[in-house]
Amino acid sequence: MLGLGSDLLWADMNRLLRLLFHEGVLDEHFLQLHHLQDESSPNFVSEVINMYFHESEKLLNNLRSLLIHTHTHDYNKMGIHLNQLIGSSSSIGAKRLTTLCLAFRAATHHSNRPGCLRALEMLEHEYCYLKNKLHELFHIEQQRALAAAARYPLHNNNQ
Amino acid sequence: MWFKAPESCNCIEPQWPADELLVKYQYISDFFIALAYFSIPLELIYFVKKSAVFPYRWVLVQFGAFIVLCGATHLINLWTFTIHTRTVAIVMTAAKVLTAVVSCITALMLVHIIPDLLSVKTRELFLKNKAAELDREMGLIRTQEETGRHVRMLTHEIRSTLDRHTILKTTLIELGRTLALEECALWMPTRTGLELQLAYTLRQQNPVGYTVPIHLPVINQVFSSNRAVKISPNCPVARLRPHTGKYMPGEVVAVRVPLLNLSNFQIYDWPEVSTRSYALMVLMLPSDSARQWHVHELELVEVVADQVAVALSHAAILEESMRARNMLMEQNVALDLARREAETAIHARNDFLAVMNHEMRTPMHAIIALSSLLQETELTAEQRLMVETILKSSNLLATLINDVLDLSRLEDGSLQLETTTFSLHSVFREVLSLIKPVASVKKLSLTLHLASDLPAYAVGDDKRLMQTILNVVGNAVKFSKEGSISISAIVAKPESFKDARIPEFHPVSSDNHFYLRVQVKDSGSGIHPQDIPKLFTKFAQSQAVTTKGPAGSGLGLAICRRFVNLMEGHIWIESEGIGKGCTVTFFVKLGIPDRSNESKLAFAPKVMGNHVTTNFGGLKVLVMDDNGVNRSVTKGLLLHLGCDVTAAGSSEECLRIISPEHRVVFMDVCTGLDGYELAIRIQEKFKKRQDRPLIVALTGNTNKVTKENCMRVGMDGLILKPVSVDKMRGVLSELLEHRVLFEAI
Repeated sequence: MLGLGSDLLWADMNRLLRLLFHEGVLDEHFLQLHHLQDESSPNFVSEVINMYFHESEKLLNNLRSLLIHTHTHDYNKMGIHLNQLIGSSSSIGAKRLTTLCLAFRAATHHSNRPGCLRALEMLEHEYCYLKNKLHELFHIEQQRALAAAARYPLHNNNQ
Repeated sequence: MWFKAPESCNCIEPQWPADELLVKYQYISDFFIALAYFSIPLELIYFVKKSAVFPYRWVLVQFGAFIVLCGATHLINLWTFTIHTRTVAIVMTAAKVLTAVVSCITALMLVHIIPDLLSVKTRELFLKNKAAELDREMGLIRTQEETGRHVRMLTHEIRSTLDRHTILKTTLIELGRTLALEECALWMPTRTGLELQLAYTLRQQNPVGYTVPIHLPVINQVFSSNRAVKISPNCPVARLRPHTGKYMPGEVVAVRVPLLNLSNFQIYDWPEVSTRSYALMVLMLPSDSARQWHVHELELVEVVADQVAVALSHAAILEESMRARNMLMEQNVALDLARREAETAIHARNDFLAVMNHEMRTPMHAIIALSSLLQETELTAEQRLMVETILKSSNLLATLINDVLDLSRLEDGSLQLETTTFSLHSVFREVLSLIKPVASVKKLSLTLHLASDLPAYAVGDDKRLMQTILNVVGNAVKFSKEGSISISAIVAKPESFKDARIPEFHPVSSDNHFYLRVQVKDSGSGIHPQDIPKLFTKFAQSQAVTTKGPAGSGLGLAICRRFVNLMEGHIWIESEGIGKGCTVTFFVKLGIPDRSNESKLAFAPKVMGNHVTTNFGGLKVLVMDDNGVNRSVTKGLLLHLGCDVTAAGSSEECLRIISPEHRVVFMDVCTGLDGYELAIRIQEKFKKRQDRPLIVALTGNTNKVTKENCMRVGMDGLILKPVSVDKMRGVLSELLEHRVLFEAI
């Protein structure tokens, strides 16, 4: 009964998801991730995503330092980092980010510094955007969970 | 010799000798007679030929012949004066004979003809008279025509306007003009009906409010007949002109003008003469002329008076209808305004509700959620008690908010019951479990009795039904200080409907529906019979609330009744008085589920919520991936499928953890040669092939080289990332069955 608000929130969440899908930021693996969340692991998705953010940030910092702060450009190492990033991004379904990483990797294969710089900028930008959107999504999700959680005690049994 | 010459004879007159003079005259006269006789027929013929019609030609011929013969005779006579021969004598005789014959015939003929000729004359006279008469009549008709024209013109003038004043004024003007009157006046009855007031005059511009009592004999005389009546110039109504005294005042005529009201027009008969009011029209001829009132003028006046009456009534009808129309328009405007106001009010209320809904619920959520979280933590007993109270109060508040919102939705009619199949027993049990703690604190005993023929499952809105039962039982508990509360639920039989409380309720059970009868009896404070009707009205507090507990919001029972009504049922309360407890009974209509639904339901509780398919019950799996995210995802995937998953972050760790119990090892081969080497080393570790876990590579690379490498090192399978749940399920099933799976690249 108090969950009237949760319907609205659900609508908000769906709208945001649709937008992200439409923009190509996310793909269906993101949804697959949600399928893996159940009673035994109720916070699966958020854990994975948080881990992803954590790692991606480290990787991006490494990439930045490799590209900008050092004089010798170790494209191999960058390639390794990028592989990692590609792997994790594709697991969680961050399609646009993955595409950008692939472009970056291609640039490293050709030892193309300006290309790499450009790609890094775009990557960081995309990463920030993704992070914001996912945070927003989580926020709505949390609210919805709260809204749905406050019910008559008996309903908790059925959930 | 006595034979003497006959010339002298004594016995007869002697034949005198033909005197020459006399003979001469006779000769001339005969000649002229003959001439005349000959000329008359000629004249006759000439004139008859001239005239168009002459019916008596035969007569003419006869006459002509007669005259001619006479003439001939006289002519021949001319020869007989002298000695004539025998021939002449014979001719003369013949002529005479002929003449005699013809004249006799003519004489005979004339006997027939002359009356005819005479009658022609009378006819002519008759026609002349007739013509004169017609002339007279023509004159009359013309006069009438004239009158009619005048009347038409007057009527046209009068009827061309619908304004009362104009009508009357025009009448007087036109009448004055047509009849060349000196003065024309209209007297209208006053409000009291006892006097006639001078309303309009032709010549005087501003008639003074000159009144005349209505019961004068002359006025009565005029009013009693519908004709124009000549009255004396000296009577009060006619004394309008400045009396010069020199001349005789002209004749005065007065006529009544009926003033018709709407109510005078019956459908089937024309207005009755009895209850009517009249106005008086007075017409005065100029005083210096010797004119008289002619009949046609009087008729004109009468007709005009009637027309005026009709025109006035039309004007009155029009006025009335205009007034009614204006009133209706005003009412319309007012109604429209009221409607818009009501709509605005409803919108405002809806907006308010929507906002309050959200605004009130958000903090409520926070409070309830956090307090329940707080409950989970470590608390002292005192703190726990406090937290529980907070939770209880906030739940109550949440209930209240819900109730208010529900009620407004109920009243809007926008609430719709949800229909699900649910277990009746569980509903009651849950109610019981909710109420038991409260009841036990108050030391009230709760008993539940469910009839044996109660269906196990029913179709309806279980949440609302539970809310209703909870509300009723809650009230019972709230208002009882001691004693027991019994809840009973049975399937209602037609006989039980004969209950006197609800005479108009005649429900019929059918194959698809049954009526559930729930009765809650308590031995509490009871209710005064006079208060019972008020109980179901919202916000009405009952005076019998003496407990210090939370007072009833007043909404609960109102909502219950709405729900019960929505479920096509009935609810009522009986109480014998204060202190004697009370009984609440209600019927609701519930559906009977089909057999197929029932069998599905048996599994329902288990299926709800969890979508865990225990296909791979506890299959031990090892996941090796150095990428934390990927590792978690794969682990989660396999956990979801019911496997017992261990995760390793590096090859060393993997080798450390691996044991014969692990049936499958998933390793990521995206990063370098680690994966292949690990595979070789695992194979080295497990000598016997049966013990060895299946090694499956997960890779995102879609090239043949990877596949070849995997096969080369002796891996049992290769699957491409990304892996969906279904894919993984399929993969596992395939692996367990065939022990090898290489996805096509």
